[in-house]
Amino acid sequence: MSATTASPAAASSPLQPPRENYLNASYGIRSWLLTTDHKRIALLYLISITSFFALGGVFALLIRLQLLTPEGWLVGPDTYNRLFTMHGIVMIFFFLIPAIPGVLGNFLVPLMIGAKDLAFPRLNLLSWYIFNIGALFTFYAILTGGIDTGWTFYPPYSSIFSNSQVAAAVIGIFITGFTSILTGLNFIVTIHTMRAPGMTWWRLPIFVWAHYATSIIMVLGTPVLAITLVLVAGERLLHLGFFDPRLGGDPLLFQHLFWFYSHPAVYIMILPAMGVTTEIVATFARKNLFGYKFVAAASLAIAVIGFLVWAHHMFVAGLSIYAAMAFSMLSYLVAIPSAVKVFNWTATLYRGSVSWQTPMLYALGFIGLFVMGGMTGLFLASLGADVHVHDTYFVVAHFHYIMVGGAVMGYLGGLHFWWPKISGRMYPEGLSRAAAIILFVGFNLTFFPQFVLGYLGMPRRYASYPPEFQVLNVLSTAGASILGLGYILPIIYFVWSMRYGKVASPNPWPATGLEWQASSPPPSENFETTPVVTWEPYDFEHRPDLGLPKPERAQPEKLEAPGLQGRD
Amino acid sequence: MERTGALLGQFRDLDQQRDTVALGMWVFLLTEIMFFGGMFLTYTIYRLKFPHAFAEGSRELDVVKGGWNTAVLIASSFTMALAVRAAQMRKRKLLCILLASTMILGGVFLGVKYFEYAQKFEHHLVPGPDFHMSAPDAAQVQIFFSLYFAMTGMHALHMIIGEGMLLALLIYSWRGKYTGGYFAPVENGGLYWHFVDIVWIFLFPLLYLVDLHR
Amino acid sequence: MSESKQHVIPFKTYALILAALLALTLITYHVALVDLGPWNIVVAIVIACTKAVLVVLFFMHAAYAPRRTRLVILAGVFWLLLLLGLTLADYLTRPPATDSISSNNAPAAYVR
Repeated sequence: MSATTASPAAASSPLQPPRENYLNASYGIRSWLLTTDHKRIALLYLISITSFFALGGVFALLIRLQLLTPEGWLVGPDTYNRLFTMHGIVMIFFFLIPAIPGVLGNFLVPLMIGAKDLAFPRLNLLSWYIFNIGALFTFYAILTGGIDTGWTFYPPYSSIFSNSQVAAAVIGIFITGFTSILTGLNFIVTIHTMRAPGMTWWRLPIFVWAHYATSIIMVLGTPVLAITLVLVAGERLLHLGFFDPRLGGDPLLFQHLFWFYSHPAVYIMILPAMGVTTEIVATFARKNLFGYKFVAAASLAIAVIGFLVWAHHMFVAGLSIYAAMAFSMLSYLVAIPSAVKVFNWTATLYRGSVSWQTPMLYALGFIGLFVMGGMTGLFLASLGADVHVHDTYFVVAHFHYIMVGGAVMGYLGGLHFWWPKISGRMYPEGLSRAAAIILFVGFNLTFFPQFVLGYLGMPRRYASYPPEFQVLNVLSTAGASILGLGYILPIIYFVWSMRYGKVASPNPWPATGLEWQASSPPPSENFETTPVVTWEPYDFEHRPDLGLPKPERAQPEKLEAPGLQGRD
Repeated sequence: MERTGALLGQFRDLDQQRDTVALGMWVFLLTEIMFFGGMFLTYTIYRLKFPHAFAEGSRELDVVKGGWNTAVLIASSFTMALAVRAAQMRKRKLLCILLASTMILGGVFLGVKYFEYAQKFEHHLVPGPDFHMSAPDAAQVQIFFSLYFAMTGMHALHMIIGEGMLLALLIYSWRGKYTGGYFAPVENGGLYWHFVDIVWIFLFPLLYLVDLHR
Repeated sequence: MSESKQHVIPFKTYALILAALLALTLITYHVALVDLGPWNIVVAIVIACTKAVLVVLFFMHAAYAPRRTRLVILAGVFWLLLLLGLTLADYLTRPPATDSISSNNAPAAYVR
């Protein structure tokens, strides 16, 4: 019972890429810059995202170099403030938030649901342009002196006292916010109205559920950040008074407004990576996902509960103690759906037919590092412990375990998993496994010492530190250089593979999603005829079209001893 | 896929297209609720903190102009709703008249707003170095006026965008684009316009009617 | 799942809603002239919400829209209330300021 297969081009010899696919359907820079094909737009995002990641990485490198010595040898404190601010802004707003939805989400959501394109293709292209226009404003801010307020822009420093390019930066982020809003809108509407016949909600891959949940957050949270930035810009440029204590304004109000978005934003960053991990784990355990409905529901639960916890960023800022207790309790609650996902991935692996290809290495790395990051989050959710480690490197390590160990690994794992579909080529497996391991080692060496540093009391956002912290800082910087190497390798071999990589078949792993029914790479219209879906997701056992050998597990069906089953 | 008039390539049929663009506009309005919501939160917190200052600031606003504007905007929602109905009934001229009426009423609103703003400048009620008010809590009144300008300004910006959208709809309606059975753009334009009306429905009592009885 | 396009709402319905909205505007103005203490704001909000509901249901056709549209509207209202409610949970439970650097009396020097 298989779906109608893709275009006749896929029927050509398995060693040749299909004659006509979305990559060669038209030529010239105009056909790329004015495209409305979601797959091409995904690649446009890939180029932007990679560039911004490199820029954020440069700031990270400078930070780690500075912290090699206790007295800070590279830059002065003012410059250091600008370095960590810009590292945060670029990495969060221009890499982590748009990466998986912009690249993998854009490419795969229509394919996974059997549609020709997203609901609003031109809006999709506009989103990419808005993304880059916002980046231009931020680059202007960086080039003309930078911002030194921290990526969190707390007033009254940001609105009144800072002498840096706050206005340009917040305008840039305001503009980029519309990328999130419009992409989220596009995904929500597409998933509701553009599914192929037979693709019911309970047959959607978890990747799609994850992007649906992410889009809900994008659509409901980002506008609040937008208005908050408008108020800060208004205070700075037009002398309006919202957070000015001299007028009676409350800087804490800014923090409420800011974190109302920025906490759910971290779920925007992690949910898509969880979706990727689910796809990879099921495929490389070659087993049905354990508890599919629970995993789907957990995605939505994370999205909703994620909006209820924001003030845990403000525990030491002057909150009412009763509010603090409520937010602390809610923050423990939000860990539960994440844990459900981890349990279900583990249960999927159990007794699966596990293989260790590169995407699986990333997925397993994700699970382990996300668990560490998540559990340290519980330390932070506890009021008493948070007073001790707030604004120390413990927090820095916590969120880097989730953002880098989690989200970035999810992104890279997804890039590797779907690379054959995107490019029609395979990446070199040996080199990619080495890169994954290098990344894993480099990452842990960089950030584990930071947990210790934070616990011992080293504050974050400081350009210098007491001498007794130097050894751990040097270890962290050494790890960062290994991490950097791990990132450079995939860039090199992915580019290499586009020309010299082994040609990929439509379904090399094989995996069960509808996107694998299209050729690699797919034609512009995705499917020659609208597919009709009749199978359940991740149903490896009932998919003869995948060409898998029958499982050899012993299947005991009856107990030998009579009477044990309760019937005679 | 062949184009049957208004049908766009990514859709199977006009029904799916209509459904999709309508949902798109509703989701967009969802984002607008949260966008204005941030300012409503700011208003709520500061009104709770400075009730007297808010009353004083509100007293400086012209209730007659505000009330009149409220009626004008409600009337424009009325004409907009009728415009959608005219498109549904395929009455091209009526549709154009109603869209134009909506635009004119919106223009009246914006004109009155302009006079109100000009008055604020004259009376030194614009926040910043020029702000002047002889009252003990003038500083907090400045917060009230910051909110006044931010909220009504953002609202007016949305209305100006709405006027542009109405103009585009008017031009296409004149050419008969929406009286052939597919009029989703008029519907969705209407949704946007009604939303802007709803924001003002809340702004009027919150800004103009604070402690009016004093 | 498309909306019922055959259903044309009669002119009279729209006129009635217009009349109701204008009447409610007049009412909210006149109620504001009466001193009801803390209830003034409550009445004002209730009237505004009533007007908004009328606009949403009839001018925006939500009464005739598919269930999914109503879900979107309810989600918006719910999330707005979430933003307001949880933030107020902080402000309303703060202890009253007892020291001299309380922010309610800003120094007059800032204002000319």
